[in-house]
This record gives sequence, structure tokens and C-alpha cells, in this order.
Amino acid sequence: MSWQWFHRLGSPRWFYQKTSAWLPWLGAASVLVLVIGAVWGLGFAPQDAKQGNSYRIIYIHVPAAFLALAGYYIMAISGAIGLIWKMKLSFVVMRAAAPIGAALTFLALFTGAVWGKPTWGTYWVWDARITSMLILLFLYLGVMALSGAFAREQSGDKASALLALVGTVNIPIIYKSVDWWFTLHQPATLKLTEASTIDPSMFYPLLTMIAGFYLFYAWVLILHTRSLVLQREWRTQWVRELLGQSTAKGEG
Amino acid sequence: MGVDSVADTSRYSAQGQTAPVSAPSFYTLLRTEFTLAVRQRSDIVNPLLFFVTVLAMMPLGIGPEPDMLARMAAGLIWVMALLATLLSQESLFRGDYEDGSLEQLALQPQPLYFPVLAKVLVHWVVTGLPLAVLSPLLGMMLNLGDAGYWPLFASLAIGTATLSLIGAVGAALTVALRRPGLLLALIIMPLYVPVLIFGTGAVQAALDGYPYGPQMAILGAILAASAALAPLAAAGAIRISLEN
Repeated sequence: MSWQWFHRLGSPRWFYQKTSAWLPWLGAASVLVLVIGAVWGLGFAPQDAKQGNSYRIIYIHVPAAFLALAGYYIMAISGAIGLIWKMKLSFVVMRAAAPIGAALTFLALFTGAVWGKPTWGTYWVWDARITSMLILLFLYLGVMALSGAFAREQSGDKASALLALVGTVNIPIIYKSVDWWFTLHQPATLKLTEASTIDPSMFYPLLTMIAGFYLFYAWVLILHTRSLVLQREWRTQWVRELLGQSTAKGEG
Repeated sequence: MGVDSVADTSRYSAQGQTAPVSAPSFYTLLRTEFTLAVRQRSDIVNPLLFFVTVLAMMPLGIGPEPDMLARMAAGLIWVMALLATLLSQESLFRGDYEDGSLEQLALQPQPLYFPVLAKVLVHWVVTGLPLAVLSPLLGMMLNLGDAGYWPLFASLAIGTATLSLIGAVGAALTVALRRPGLLLALIIMPLYVPVLIFGTGAVQAALDGYPYGPQMAILGAILAASAALAPLAAAGAIRISLEN
């Protein structure tokens, strides 16, 4: 078995050219699945017995929260791959994943606040889940800030990859500790993601939305990575050829 | 090995070219760091002064009612200890980075783990431990209940050691940057959260009359894990910073 594909994977050029073919399919699939999930969830799923229609924000809120967490691991793992195998491309993926993850974390927090007002009567409480999501947002912002702070790109790559890895250790601790923290004062609230407590007629559209968010995440991540690749490699021959500037400057 | 000549600006190149370089022992590292720290008095005193001054501001800002202060005392003292540690941490590797000692350390034929651990240990002894020793006094001024003094001291003593260890990673990551202060706070604060939660949790449990052993045990576990992992991460970060 050849390891060539693995080495190719590290080449920004190979990545750019390969993904050009995938992108339209990925984009179409994610839009399709998201539309199906949204129409199903918002239009056809039954009303909740207690919350009426306001529960429907779950179809945005839960998938966003899922991807916010998964996105952190995607960022940290690609950073680790970059540190270990010194792959240029995986650092680019790491950098591309940070703002997307931060945006999804913010979306989860925002929809949570909007949902909290009609159901709990408040936009914000220092609940275990909410606080841990806020910390996650800070972790993302820290990685973004550090990666931008270095004059030398490679140092910024490695430093922010290391920080992302250190943060990974923290995420499960935050989850558990904040649970323990509040068991003294109030019982743990909200178990949104337990499938058993939710009716299948509501659960299947939710699953569809989660799948749609995953596809959407992959699509946006690839798009963002491609633009970062172009920014980084703009001096190389293949980017110039791609942009039709190969003859503009004859440096060989 | 005669590497105790602290007066040299570049501490680890004091042997000249004759003897082959061998790594200083952990004890030597500790003694060097400690001597340096003691000679830089302001680095020791300033965090303590900051700690006391800001805590004195608190009753002025939120009001002097004893009941309210009692309820907030543990959290206030903990957050201030966290900020004082953070502020003192920025200079942890800075002097050594600027005079080249850090590079010399990185070239030593030993893992960077031990020099980092020695630095962090000394940092804790000169900042974290005095904070913990001082905390019961401040607790008294803020009307903390009698049951809270011992847990406050113990949780701060363990907790600030962890904070020093975690902060060392951030200090190492940002040492090559010109103005790391705010960035250091931004990247390290989220990592401090578990320590803060269990530290204040222990004091609160004691005040409410519950056993606080579990929280202390978790604090100890976090300390053990960070003592094993944080110097490794900081050493990696130093090598990255030296490339910059």
C-alpha cells in the first residue's frame, strides 16, 4: 500500500485542485439537506406540548452547538497533525476552522439566549452548559488572536496549534466541573441531546438538520481553506497560472 | 559544575569554552532561579500589592455591608489571586528570552522540562504561596466565615501552583511577541476556569457546612496533571518562540 495519498494531502496545490471538483456537489448537498431539515422541522414537526412553537429554534440551536464542539476538535486535531507531520495544509485547515467554530459557538449562544427568553424568562443564566459554551468561545478567540499575533507565519501556525491542543484538555474538564459546580446550588438543567426524551417526529428532522450542518461545515471549511491557501501561496507558479497571471511577471 | 555565578547576564554560558557543556542539575536550576527572584524584589512584592490594593477597592465599589462581603469574599479573593498570578506571569521567561539565556537553556543536553519546572516552582514560591498565606487576613477583612479560612488557604496554595503551571504555557507562547500582556490574558483565562471553579467551590462548601475534601482532591488532581503536562507544553512553546 502506498502512502502517496497521505503526502499529497499535505500539498496545498493538490488540495485546491481536488476540491474544485467536490465543491459544487458538497454545496448542493448541504443546501438540499438543510432545506429539507428546515422545512420538515419548522413546518411539519408537531408543536411541543409545553413550549408551543418556540421550541422550534432547537433545529438551529442544537446542530450549531454540536458543530461548535466538533469544530474545536477538528481544529485541534488538524493543528496536531501539522505539529507532528509538519504538514503545511493542516495548519491552514486549523486556521480556517477557528473563525467558523467561533461563529457557530456564537450562533449556539445567541439562539440559546433567544430561546431562553420565552421558556426560562431570561436571556442569560450562569448554567453549566451556557457557561461552558462561553468558555469555548473564548478558547476559539484565543487561538485566533494568537495565530494572528506572530510576524512569522510558521510560528503563528505552531503556537496556535499548541494552544488549541492545550485547550482540548480543558474542554471535558470544563464540562464536568461546571456540572459539579452547580450541583450545590441547582440541579443540572437541560438535557437537550438525549434522544430518548424527544419524540421521533421531532427527532428525525433534528437529525436531518445536524447532518445538514455537518455538510455545511465541511463545505464552508473547504471554501475558507481554499481562500487561505491562495493567500499563502500567491507567489507560487500554480496560483499565478490559476489566476491567469503566469506571464505577467517573468521570474521563472 | 560551576554554574552558580548568577552575576553574569547570561547565566548558563559562564563556563567559557573549555569544559564540555553538561546540564545543570535540577537543584542548581532551582537555586539559580530563586536567587534571581529574590534579587528582583519588585517582582515579588508587586503582585502582592496589587492583590491587596484591588481587594481594598472592592468594598468601596460594591458597598461595605458585611453580609454581602461575606458572600462574595471567597470569589473576590480567588479572582484577584488569578489576576495577580496572570500579571506576574508575563515576565516569567521574558528576561531570559531577551538576554539569550533561554536559547542557551534550549541547547542544553537535557529536556527543557526541568528548567521550565524550576522556573514555575520558584514563581509559585515567590508569588502564589505568599498570596495564599496572606489570604486568611484578607478573608477576615472581607468578613469571611470562620469555617472558610483553612479551605481558602489550602485551595489557594494548591490552586495558584496550578495557575503558575498553566500560565507558563501562555507565557512561553507569547514570549517572542512585543506586547503580550492582553493576549496572554486572553489565551490563558479560559484555561484557568476549572481551577477557579473548584477553588471557590471548596471554600463555599466549607462555609455552607459541607465537606470540602472532594473539591480539594480534584484541585490536587488538576495540579498533578498540569505538573506532568504543562512544562512539556511550555517547553514546546519555548522552542516555537525561539524560531520566531
